[in-house]
Amino acid sequence: MNAILRIENLHKRFGDLTVLAGIDAAVEAGETVVLLGSSGSGKSTLLRCINFMETPTEGRITLHGRLVGEERGGVMRYRESELCKLRTRIGMVFQHFNLFPHMTVLRNIMEGQVTVLKRGAAEAAAKAREQLARVGLSDKADEYPARLSGGQKQRVAIARALAMDPDMMLFDEVTSALDPELVGEVLKTMRRLTEEGMTMVVVTHELGFAYHVANRVLFLDQGVILEQGEPQQVLKEPATQRMREFLDGHSLFKLPD
Amino acid sequence: MEWNFWAVMTDFDLLLLGLVNTLKVTALALLFGVPLGLCLAVLRLSGARLVSAAAAFIIEFFRTTPPLVQLFWFFFALPILIDVRMTPFIASIVTFSIQSSAFFAEIFRGGIQSIDQGQWEGGKAIGMTYAQSMRRIVLPQAVKRMIPAFMERSIELLKTTTLVSTVAYTDLMFQANDLAQKTFRPLEVYTVVALMYFALIFALSQLSIAVEHRLAKSGDSTVR
Repeated sequence: MNAILRIENLHKRFGDLTVLAGIDAAVEAGETVVLLGSSGSGKSTLLRCINFMETPTEGRITLHGRLVGEERGGVMRYRESELCKLRTRIGMVFQHFNLFPHMTVLRNIMEGQVTVLKRGAAEAAAKAREQLARVGLSDKADEYPARLSGGQKQRVAIARALAMDPDMMLFDEVTSALDPELVGEVLKTMRRLTEEGMTMVVVTHELGFAYHVANRVLFLDQGVILEQGEPQQVLKEPATQRMREFLDGHSLFKLPD
Repeated sequence: MEWNFWAVMTDFDLLLLGLVNTLKVTALALLFGVPLGLCLAVLRLSGARLVSAAAAFIIEFFRTTPPLVQLFWFFFALPILIDVRMTPFIASIVTFSIQSSAFFAEIFRGGIQSIDQGQWEGGKAIGMTYAQSMRRIVLPQAVKRMIPAFMERSIELLKTTTLVSTVAYTDLMFQANDLAQKTFRPLEVYTVVALMYFALIFALSQLSIAVEHRLAKSGDSTVR
């Protein structure tokens, strides 16, 4: 198996609250996996554990066949330097963009390359322009984020992540904060990435995206994976009552006949 | 009562010297106090509970004790405790650097905490360390928001430095006392000195208001 990412027995607790209760999953190179679930199901937390924005309480994450962290006395220990390096290999895009408002679009995309990867300014700028072209925003290089629409901001955020040459991209409800008419441009950009063979894990409420773009869908409920499989199968013939309720809740969801 | 500014005017250069020394103490206290304040703020915000508590104590201690007591302590008490030769100048700089650093620490802390958590996450997600996110992402935005409070505190510092005259440092206030006694014209001397402070501080606060307006326009300030 050609798994880029392997998650074993992942638990995450915040105090008394158990958010993830034993997740096992693997993501293969070039695959787009969509995580579905109602709010509080743990899908965003699972995504954030992959690049250690949250530290798992228990369990193991293996990237390219190498275990992240060290096991000592039955407990996983993580060094900050290892995690920083790992995060350069895994791009992440957020619901609220998190662009740096004091920098131009171009500077936003150069920042990680220069400060973290120590690329030269000229190389980083060239790379940034390349990625801006990729998301169709070449003309916005010298604007500040405040002057962009939500959809444009999110595409800049995608370009910023891509500029690090990641092995994998994580998308955390990236269209949830957008006006409905701006959702399409972001989803289109993501779809193009899938077609180019980028490995992606996507948390979204866009069932249409899951249906048409994902290779695989995981449905989370109360911190465990309740159903998984090809979207055509999982979304059309849900096996559990919980999943049926979830799909019914999405009134906009219409499957092609 | 007759006003006679002749005596003040003939010795005006003494007052000017005092003014220069006042500005010197203020500038040096800022030079040391601002970075020290940033250090205290970072320690205060650090996750390590003991470190954070120690920083909080230092900040609170120097914010709550009267600056005159601090000045006397550094000038008269410290040389008994350790073997240092304390001059009025050094005691003044040390006192006001530390004292103002405690206030700047709180300004830094407020500024840093006002920055949205998402900015830290944005930095973290591209592999930045805590220090890199702080330096490149959070501080540049926080500093911009801090400027009004920073200006206000600096003006406050300038006023408080009049206390250094009590340990015989030749600031503007000390020179004024000296001249008043020498010329027997306290009315004119203190009037002139008050006007000098007024002109200086009024100019600074006008500058501060202008800066605040510019920041308010760019929408990134926390104007009161």
